[in-house]
Amino acid sequence: MTEFIHMFSYHFMQRALIVGVLVSLCAALLGVSLVLKRYSMIGDGLSHVGFGALAIASALGFAPLAFTVPVVVVAAILLLRLSRSSRVHGDAAIAIISSSALAIGVITVSLTTGMNTEVSSYMFGSILSLSRSDAILSVVLSLAVLVLFILFYPRIFAVTFDETFSRATGTKTELYNTLLAVLTAVTVVLGMRMMGALLISSLIIFPALSAMRVCKSFKAVVLCSAAISVMCFLVGITASYFLETPTGASIVVADLCAFALFALIGRR
Amino acid sequence: MAILTCEELSFSYEGKTVLHDVNFHVDEGDYLCIVGENGSGKSTLIKGLLGLKAPDSGRIIHSDGLCANMIGYLPQQTEMQRDFPASVREVVLSGCLNSMGRRFRYSAADRERAEMNMERMGIEDLADESYQALSGGQQQRVLLARALCATKKLLLLDEPVTGLDPKASAEMYNIIKLINLCDDISVIMVSHDIHEAVRYATKILHLGHSQLFFGTAAEYRESAQARRFLGGNRI
Ligand SMILES: Nc1ncnc2c1ncn2[C@@H]1O[C@H](COP(=O)(O)OP(=O)(O)OP(=O)(O)O)[C@@H](O)[C@H]1O
Ligand SMILES: [Mg+2]
Repeated sequence: MTEFIHMFSYHFMQRALIVGVLVSLCAALLGVSLVLKRYSMIGDGLSHVGFGALAIASALGFAPLAFTVPVVVVAAILLLRLSRSSRVHGDAAIAIISSSALAIGVITVSLTTGMNTEVSSYMFGSILSLSRSDAILSVVLSLAVLVLFILFYPRIFAVTFDETFSRATGTKTELYNTLLAVLTAVTVVLGMRMMGALLISSLIIFPALSAMRVCKSFKAVVLCSAAISVMCFLVGITASYFLETPTGASIVVADLCAFALFALIGRR
Repeated sequence: MAILTCEELSFSYEGKTVLHDVNFHVDEGDYLCIVGENGSGKSTLIKGLLGLKAPDSGRIIHSDGLCANMIGYLPQQTEMQRDFPASVREVVLSGCLNSMGRRFRYSAADRERAEMNMERMGIEDLADESYQALSGGQQQRVLLARALCATKKLLLLDEPVTGLDPKASAEMYNIIKLINLCDDISVIMVSHDIHEAVRYATKILHLGHSQLFFGTAAEYRESAQARRFLGGNRI
């Protein structure tokens, strides 16, 4: 017990917990819509774009988050447009953009600094080394994502469930799809700090999939997925503290266990 | 007074024209039935009227204050994912979205409307069930309840009785007629059941890649198109 109290007495740990809980919530809420719209891979694609943007930011000496967020937002809107045009297949569009961004990022890194700690922290996650200003920006952005999601929840449901009907009956589906893309982009960039570019998509996909095993209504799935996500984050970060395992990977393993558990419950 | 006028409409898919020279109008309170063989362009026209598919040429004129958010729609089939978690109530309530305006929450009136339409369709007992676990006919009723929630002035129905048992389809026709008469809502319905169509509808539009007939149900009864469509039998 004293060990626990000790864990929470560190400033970096408190920061990590606050940011982590908020980002987990964002990822879980958006994840439900993304999984149901068959956009799961967008999270993965965006994280690669984020990596490229970070490499460029660090080469040019820009503030990492402040530069990456707008770049990834633009990429998300572009991806959405591309995946709707009938000429390119959705998943092909994502693959094209994400691997190009990754390649540009890798070249930038090797030409300039080499693999410095900052870049590798975005690759594999390092929530424990969050600076004060990054933490504040993360909190503000994730609160904004949460508030927007809650405000537009009925519209997000309608657009996710049956976009054609919504459009036909006078809902501005383009607008809400764009909103979804922007919120996802912000969440992916924030999540990269925690999980790393390689693991962020699991933060978005796992809780939604687990919740869908047992819940029948959309609202229940959203709430359940939020709860699973926060629980798994807390379990993962605690485990990583005591076992000295990497944080992002520990959270993914916690999510995997939760998924296995829910899959078992759902089969009965 | 016309709320919807179509002039010289034509539609195509990938450069192939599937429907051309369509001219008709819908007045307030009309009950228009669109008939025609499979592949004659009925669903295409409905999508055009809803703004889901742009016409190649011609115009669709909305008048008398008709906006997209006053229209209810029942698609012929929905390409919804099989494992989508949504309760019947959530689906029906989502039909009220177009009357939400700038609000962020469904109002008590919206919720009441959803309950009333579920009752109308006889699915109030299923309200908390999962939509995906229902039978095809039950799902059809849920989608109809949703369409009714969205309807303020005009209701577009693409084959609303497919998948319903005889009793349910008779009920469905009665409900639609009732909504048309009592709530003063114009109805445009695609139907293969031509006998029911001329019985309930006030106007008939017969399509076969172009417009073969447009006029009142009584005129249609006497027309050559109707006789040919039914293989020589009179209605
Ligand atoms: N998405 C599409 N791509 C290409 N061609 C299409 C598409 N949808 C319809 N068509 C073609 O357009 C024509 C009209 O189709 P439509 O769906 O409007 O027919 P319909 O009158 O509703 O038929 P049904 O009675 O079977 O519902 C058909 O010949 C069909 O092959
Ligand atoms: Mg059709």
